[in-house]
Order: sequence, then structure tokens, then C-alpha cells
Amino acid sequence: MLDDFINQFWPSTVDGLALGAIYALLALGYTMVYGVLRLINFAHADIFMVGTFAALWTARGIGASDVGGIALIGVVVLMAVVAGAVAGGGAMLLEVTAYRPLRKKGASRLAALISAIGASIFIQQLMGTVVIHRVFGTSKEGGKLDVNEHFKELATVVDAGPILIRNDQLIVFVGAVAMMIALDQFVNRTKLGRGIRSTAQDPETAVLMGVNIDRVVSVTFLVGGIMAGVAAALYFLRFETTNYFVGFLLGIKAFTAAVLGGIGNIRGALAGGFTLGLLEMYGSSIFGSEWRDVVAFTLLILVLMFRPTGILGESLQQARA
Amino acid sequence: MNLTKNGNGKGGLAGARDTLSLDPLRNAWAGAPPVVRWIVYGLLIIGGVLLPSESIGGFMAPSGSDWASMLSTQIAIYVLLAIGLNVVVGMAGLLDLGYVAFYAVGAYTMAIFATKYDWSFWESLVLAIAFSALAGVILGAPTLRLRGDYLAIVTLGFGEIVKRTANNSDYVNGPRGVQGIPHPPSLSEFEIMGVQPLKYGLLDSRPYYYLLLLFIIVAIIFVKRLESSRVGRAWASIREDEDAAELMGVPTFKFKLAAFAIGAAIGGSGGVVFASQQTSITPLNFEFLVSALILAGVVLGGSGNLPGVMLGAAVLAWLPERFRFLSDYRMLIFGAALVLMMIFRPEGLWPSRQRKAELAEGTGGMGSMGAEVAVPDKPDAGPVETLEEGK
Repeated sequence: MLDDFINQFWPSTVDGLALGAIYALLALGYTMVYGVLRLINFAHADIFMVGTFAALWTARGIGASDVGGIALIGVVVLMAVVAGAVAGGGAMLLEVTAYRPLRKKGASRLAALISAIGASIFIQQLMGTVVIHRVFGTSKEGGKLDVNEHFKELATVVDAGPILIRNDQLIVFVGAVAMMIALDQFVNRTKLGRGIRSTAQDPETAVLMGVNIDRVVSVTFLVGGIMAGVAAALYFLRFETTNYFVGFLLGIKAFTAAVLGGIGNIRGALAGGFTLGLLEMYGSSIFGSEWRDVVAFTLLILVLMFRPTGILGESLQQARA
Repeated sequence: MNLTKNGNGKGGLAGARDTLSLDPLRNAWAGAPPVVRWIVYGLLIIGGVLLPSESIGGFMAPSGSDWASMLSTQIAIYVLLAIGLNVVVGMAGLLDLGYVAFYAVGAYTMAIFATKYDWSFWESLVLAIAFSALAGVILGAPTLRLRGDYLAIVTLGFGEIVKRTANNSDYVNGPRGVQGIPHPPSLSEFEIMGVQPLKYGLLDSRPYYYLLLLFIIVAIIFVKRLESSRVGRAWASIREDEDAAELMGVPTFKFKLAAFAIGAAIGGSGGVVFASQQTSITPLNFEFLVSALILAGVVLGGSGNLPGVMLGAAVLAWLPERFRFLSDYRMLIFGAALVLMMIFRPEGLWPSRQRKAELAEGTGGMGSMGAEVAVPDKPDAGPVETLEEGK
């Protein structure tokens, strides 16, 4: 067991960082929405799923090719932009239809959670029964699309001493980190970002200070959706396959990552995402890959037992009981 | 809890919006003499017994599907599980997203002990209830110090751990699951109106329904008694304000653990009947979706109010089955319906009075959403929620 861990250490690390980057990007969406609305946005995972299909649609449009270098990066950026736009729009639409009416009525968080679960089922089924079938012409039962043979350069290996990194892993990692830096700057430097932070801290005072709450909430969903869309494009590049329930487990893991890092805390989401990705990969090299999810959730319970507010603690808002 | 809030604070708004108010009925019920109540209880039980009959089935399940089996495999199980989850979510105010884990523990205990050790149904039942309660304590002991959504995600994780472990363990045949679980032994062959209610076989699913009905009635009595006892009051105080409860001398941790264990035990008993009726179970029977649907039933019915919760669970179990003719689209419509029902009746179909008052205060025991402040198009909602947000 331990031998496996040592032998697999570097490959696991590389895999874990690439996976963790995707978790972290998704976790950002959860953590921001949670910070502002105190809502577990269950449908976020399905926004991500829609993003993977947008990426697939783009990839199909371009067609299989073995582009490399700058052209490859261009293709990746194009996929990320399309997926980000679709997912961001989808997230805003989701907020307006499923959450805003509840917010206006002052509904309990439990009601909002059920609405989120309903929206999640709806989006999944909409894709599974209607959209995928129409757009991609596959059988409904399949619901799964494999696109191999695209972009062969992705599998090329960068040799760095004892570590072997595939190009796609590198792209995923770099792309995710770039998005995180951009988001961090957005939230900390811009006026809208300040609005988001103030709303998270104290919505009442924020309104008195002239913050347009509805707009802040919309922007929060938009930004979260864009992050999910980029995560989806990167996920698609890395795993080259998707289906209409791809978001479920990934979404739970990403929310786990957000909680692990300290919910409502943007940098915490990054820490949580990478921690979870790495430990999951180390765990599966020790116990076998079928125990991967068990390792992840056990880890969550252990961390929360000793640090009940996550690794970095809550911070986008004050800790609320 | 401030019941007067409903009367003077937001009464106008609540009254105007709430066209389906059950208050006159509630007042009549509260003032009714015990004899009348017992008669109503009796009628309800008779109604429950007659429920699987053909005439009701004709309306509830016209598309040729078997109403009795729909009742026993879906509706009654969901109602039982909802009663159990209501203890955790509705009464103690602890958000549990992994309730299916206890259902799974019950079902797997039954499956293992009945197939590998030849235990009888009743012996396994007792053991399974004990095991699920133990699972509740094992999950609760380290995690119940967490609050709110941390608890939610931990329970969700626990649900997944149980499912994956069942899926990966060769001892329970991994993904293939356990087959050949025996039916409960038939107690008697006596026949009444064409049913043999105590003969558990493959063909007739009505005896299982009656078994579940018995479980449901026992669970209702148990939970109702608890609710009006010291335990129930402790749960209400924890749900309302845990810190205040702790300061007033309520041992909150102990009572939260009790809520978890009791909820888990009820869920486990549902799993036992499920396993012995189906005779085979696989990890796929215990997906997160089951947890989500039962929770949706609890909230949809009116979290905390037992009749409402049962109604909600029954409706949620029944809808997808009734609209099977929509085939692929039924879950699509189901998802949309969940969102719409929450938008138009966020307090649930049949909320308890106390819960309604809590919700009107904007906390509902679970807290309100953030970013929820007085907005211009919300006429007289302002002051109450403003105060709540400030703390």
C-alpha cells in the first residue's frame, strides 16, 4: 500500500493538481453564492454540465485536428469562452427563475434548497431528454458522448525530471489559476466586487449604502457561472467525455472543497479544491481508485471535526451560526 | 417563539396571501372533545386500510399500473421515511441531506442477516433498527457540533460513503447487490374481502402495505408522544435558537443526537420492509436522489407538521408514478413542479401553526436566505425582517 503511494507520488500529484484546479473553479461558484445568499446552489453542478456540452459543441464545430502551439491555445480559449458564456447566462437565468421569487417572498432557506434541487433535476432532465438528443443526435439512453481523437497535441508529455506532465494537465492547471487570479482581483478591486463583499457581510447596511442587491446577486451568479463554464471546458479537455449527470458527483466534491476551505471564503475555495484533489489522488493510490470518493468524504468529516469552519475559515462574510 | 407575531405583525400580509388557510379547521380541531378526535383517528385508520381498494386505485393509478404495489413500494415507504426525517429536520431543525444512508443501513442489515445467518424477518427487523440508530449516533457524535450547512454537507458525504462502501464491498456483492432476501414469514392464512393481509408472498403487495401502515401508525404515535414531551420542547428550542437553548440548560448535544438516532431508526425500519419486499437490493436503490426527494416531501408538506409531511411525501412519491405516461418527461416536469411549488407556497402545503409563525419571522428555525432585505415592492414586510437581519 505504502509502496504504491511512493511509486505513484509524482503522477498522483500532477493528477491531483489538475483535478483540484477543476474542483476549485467549481467551488468558487458555490462559495460566492453561499456567501451572498447563504444558499447551497445545488443546480450549480448542472450549470457546469451544460458548460461541458457547450465545450463539446464548440469542439465538434472545429472538428478533429492536431493543432499545436498557439493555435491549440486559441482553441482552448474559444471553448472556454463559449462554455463560460453559456454557463454564465444559464446561471443568471437560474437565479431569476428559481431563487429570486423565493427571495422576494422571504422564504426559508430550506424552501430555497428544495427549489435548488428541483432546478437541478429540471436542468439535468432537460439536457438528458431534449437538448442532447436534438443537438447532438445521440440516443437518449446514451446521454454520454465520447470525443477522442480531438487535439492530439493534448496528450503530448512535458518532461520535467522525475515528473511527467501531459499538456492537457498543464492547460487545466494554468487556465484555472489564471481564472482564480482574475476573480480574486475582481472581487477585491472593482466596485461590483466591493458590492458583493458588502452584501455578503451585511445585506441590510449594503442596501442603505446604495448597493443594488438584485444586481449584486445577478453578478454573483454570472461570475460563478462563468467559472463553472471555464471549469467545464477544462474538464472536457482533460477527460474528453461528458454526460448529463456528469455534474452530480463533481458538484458534491466541489461543494465539499468549498466547505473544506471555509465556505464563503474565495481563497479558501482554492485551498480546499487543491487539498481535496491531491488527497483524493493520494488516497486512491493507497486504497485503490474505487475508494476515492469514500476517502474524499471521510476527509471532509475529519477536517470539520477539528476545524469546524474549514481550513482558512469563513471570511467573505462573518461567521454566522 | 413569538406566536403573536403572526397575529399583529405580518398577519395582514399572511392572511391576504394565504388563501388556503386551515385556521378555522385547526381551531375546531383544538376545541374538539377527545371522543371526536378518537373517531377521526379511527376513520383515518379505516381509510388507510381501505386505501389499496380497486375503486381508489382506479383514479390514483388508471394507466394499468398496480395501485397496491405503487402504494407499498413507493408511497408508504416514502411516508414512513418522511416521518423519520421530519424528526431530524422538522422538529430538531438539523438539515440532513444523507438520510438515505440510514434507509440503506436498515435494508443491508436485513439482507445480510437474513441471507447469511438465516435470521427471521422479525429478528432482523429489531437488529436493523438498532443498527440504523447506532449509525445515526456514529454519524452524529462527531458532526453534530457543526451548525447548519456544514452539517448538511457532512450528512450528504456520509450518505455517499455508505453507498460507495456497499458498492465496493465484496461481502455484499458490490454493485450486484444482495439477492434472495426472504419475504417475512406468513403469520396466518386468514382471508378477509379477498385479501390475505398476513400472508407475505410474491404476488400480492397489499400485505406489505398493511405492514408499512402498521409501522407508520406506530411511528406516528411514537413521534407525537415525543413531540409533546420534554424532548419535543427541547427540540423546538434547539431549532429556534440553539445558543439560547444551551444557556437555558437544555443539553443540546444530547437531544440532537437523540433526534438523529430516532430519525435513523425509523428510516432503518423502512429499509427492512423495502428489502424483504423487493427480495434484492443494490447500491443503486440508495442514491442521493432518494434523500433529496424525502427532504423535498418534508419541506413541501410543511416541515414540522406531521400530517403535512405525510401528505407531502405521499404526493411526491405518487406524482412521478401517476404520470408515468409522460415517460421521459416526467422527471423534467417533476423538477419544474418542485421549483414552482416552492415559489408559490414556500411554507409548504400544510405547515404547522408554530412553524408558520417562525417563518413569518423570517427564520423558520433554519434561518432565512441572505441578501433578503426589505425591497420596495414588498409592502408591509419591512420591519420584522429588518430586525432579524440585524443580528
